[in-house]
Amino acid sequence: MNFDFTEEQIMLRDSVERYMREDYDFDTRRGVADSELGMSKENWQTFAELGWLSIPFTEEHGGFGGDAVDTMLVMEEFGKGLLVEPYLATVVLFGGALQKSGNQAAQDTLIPKIIDGSCLGALAYLERQSRFELADVLSSAKSDGDGYLLNGEKVVVLNGANADQLIVSARTSGEQSDDAGITLFLLAADTAGVERTDYRMMDGQRVANITLKDVRVGADAVLGEVDNGLAILNAVAMDANLALAAEAVGIMGQLNTKTLEYTKTREQFGVAIGSFQTLQHRMVDTFMDYEQSKSMLYRAVCALTNGEEDATTAVHALKVLVDRAGTRVYSEAIQIHGGMGLTDELDIGHYAKRLMMILTTFGNGDYHQAKFNEIRYS
Amino acid sequence: MDTSFSAEDIAFRDEVREFFATHYTQDLRDRIADDDTFKEAVTEWQKKLHKQGWVAPGWPAEYGGTGWNPTQKFIYDSERAAAGVRDVIPFGLTMVAPVIYTFGTPEQKEEFLPKILATDIWWCQGYSEPGAGSDLASLKTKAEVDGDDYVVNGTKVWTTVAQHADWIFCLVRTSSEGKRQQGITFLLIDMKTPGITVNPIVTIDNHHSLNEVIFDNVRVPVANRIGEENKGWTYAKALLAHERTGIAGVSDSKRNLDQVREFAAKEINGGKSLLAEPSFQKRLSDIEIDLMALEYTELRVLATVAAGGAPGAESSMLKIKGTEMQQAIQILRMEVAAYYQGVLPNDMSKEQLGHDFGSDARQAYMYGRAATVYGGSNEIQRNVIAKAVLGL
Ligand SMILES: Cc1cc2nc3c(=O)[nH]c(=O)nc-3n(C[C@H](O)[C@H](O)[C@H](O)COP(=O)(O)OP(=O)(O)OC[C@H]3O[C@@H](n4cnc5c(N)ncnc54)[C@H](O)[C@@H]3O)c2cc1C
Repeated sequence: MNFDFTEEQIMLRDSVERYMREDYDFDTRRGVADSELGMSKENWQTFAELGWLSIPFTEEHGGFGGDAVDTMLVMEEFGKGLLVEPYLATVVLFGGALQKSGNQAAQDTLIPKIIDGSCLGALAYLERQSRFELADVLSSAKSDGDGYLLNGEKVVVLNGANADQLIVSARTSGEQSDDAGITLFLLAADTAGVERTDYRMMDGQRVANITLKDVRVGADAVLGEVDNGLAILNAVAMDANLALAAEAVGIMGQLNTKTLEYTKTREQFGVAIGSFQTLQHRMVDTFMDYEQSKSMLYRAVCALTNGEEDATTAVHALKVLVDRAGTRVYSEAIQIHGGMGLTDELDIGHYAKRLMMILTTFGNGDYHQAKFNEIRYS
Repeated sequence: MDTSFSAEDIAFRDEVREFFATHYTQDLRDRIADDDTFKEAVTEWQKKLHKQGWVAPGWPAEYGGTGWNPTQKFIYDSERAAAGVRDVIPFGLTMVAPVIYTFGTPEQKEEFLPKILATDIWWCQGYSEPGAGSDLASLKTKAEVDGDDYVVNGTKVWTTVAQHADWIFCLVRTSSEGKRQQGITFLLIDMKTPGITVNPIVTIDNHHSLNEVIFDNVRVPVANRIGEENKGWTYAKALLAHERTGIAGVSDSKRNLDQVREFAAKEINGGKSLLAEPSFQKRLSDIEIDLMALEYTELRVLATVAAGGAPGAESSMLKIKGTEMQQAIQILRMEVAAYYQGVLPNDMSKEQLGHDFGSDARQAYMYGRAATVYGGSNEIQRNVIAKAVLGL
């Protein structure tokens, strides 16, 4: 047993770390987040050239053939640098669903385009009533000749406005929250009847509400099996939760490091505020929060890559722990920075807001704790 | 011990309820919520309260206060909060006015108190400096006498509503001899005086309410000094106690908690109402129970004050418990909103967006982080209790 990374993994991590440190400082990031698109296409091309967009894809499609460990390593670095480009949306969610669908034709056309940076994607899985339930789907797909007619609305779609291609969950049969009867459809974002309204979130993400009005798609738009889309969504959500937790760990580390530094330089009452024991104990607690989160992340990633049976339990546990730990870490970081922690100018609040959104995406702590309890105690 | 309401109390409650229902209109709410009309709308509202004679419940009756007993004050504040009516802007009415009527000259009282009551002027509080936050006594903004004026130089920071203020009350250094607290003077400064620059500070709720205020050779008449030179700290401390009693915000928290309960009842979580979720119920009731106790803690403090006692370290307790509960309620509201907690203000209608309180929840929560920092941080309040109550 060891917790070592391969040489290849270390190179990958270092390449992301260097880029974020040298080319993606806080001001640059702010400029990107505030720009028209809310991302930089130029940066995206650089990510393609550096090979980051190819990580989870098979070598057959020109990918890196990486696993959850590789994704974890890059996401942690993205967290440290507060990346706003839609890596999660395009590579992990859209690319992940494509990969898991087994739809060879769609993979052959689109995966190389994801890898070379020419295709941005989004997974439209949420509806306004669905909260954290992936199965709560009202959007409908009715058979229409040899294809389907899609109607409904998807909300808070990550990267929804910039995406070239969408994967949409819609109901082909069953009732609102039935597990069976959900089908995933792949369609170009400019398909007739698709309307997008985009808006900004506090963590710099651009999201969109997408309405589908009599959107006509062919039978080849179906990803995976008809009525069985939930299995794909669940598997993607599992990967996403690992990726998000890794990003959260990166952010927590930054918040702790920056807060500790601040307490060594900020003086009140003639001494560094870090000399006050009450602050010391709280920073010790957030240090332990970080370490515990990292351990749980490793545990869950190992469970998933080893195909262990309790991988799902581990991912629920991870999301619970990271929620509790992350909330404490950002709260203390803001509090210990005093007035400075409240400013938009300082990066602390931006780390906090990204962390908050991570903690609620694909289920918050309470949601995952209920799932954990279901598995363990019923 | 008796905390029941008399028939008069109930009549008073009905009168207050009716007044808010009639006068705090939706139009007023909308204009107060809009940055562009905020100042004008708040002024309009406070003038209405003044006309009713209710704008300054905390002031002695001789200066225009209401003369209410603690029960009436409690009823008034509960009704105000329950109706979702914002409290008055504190800087003039609850912060500087008590200093002026307690320590000011007859001329100062005559000049400022009527204008404060009528909200003819807006105030801001210039205490904190870049180097002087928790350790306020280390403040460096300097005032030197030159003829009939003080000449003020230095920088104040985190100054709330300075961009709207006509006047600022400041603590400045007039002596660096002896104990640091003994060289501080309390000055009232006209914001239109040449040499004052106000720079905005945007906060993590994406809003501008804070400012940096720079003084460059600003001439302030000695007549604008409160009390004696080098005694400003004493006056400010008396004021801090006032600032801290209101800070518990129990009435507002009760209303906000009710609102979270309503939102949670409508939010569907895995096929049933989020409110039916045992884990959510526990989090809600943990807060509600704490709040039930805090309401009585606040009443006990108010009763002590009414009986002639001074709010001392108890006000620190109200501040700590009150602000921690405010934040606990705010984060619960965020969790009800789920993904929508991240929404920034936009041009979409609530119908288009698909949600109606996410952005408000975000703004309140993010700005709400400040409550444990300002007015003496909660760490400092704990130090106060340790020292003053526990004798450590
Ligand atoms: C939204 C907002 C509005 C404000 N409005 C005003 C205003 O209108 N006018 C005004 O004058 N000021 C205002 N303030 C300033 C506020 O009073 C200060 O922020 C506060 O006093 C803390 O000072 P600081 O920010 O310098 O933090 P610091 O004093 O640097 O504190 C940093 C951290 O160290 C902790 N700490 C400090 N000393 C100790 C100790 N001895 N033991 C343990 N922990 C300690 C603090 O609790 C805090 O967590 C406002 C602040 C905010 C955030």
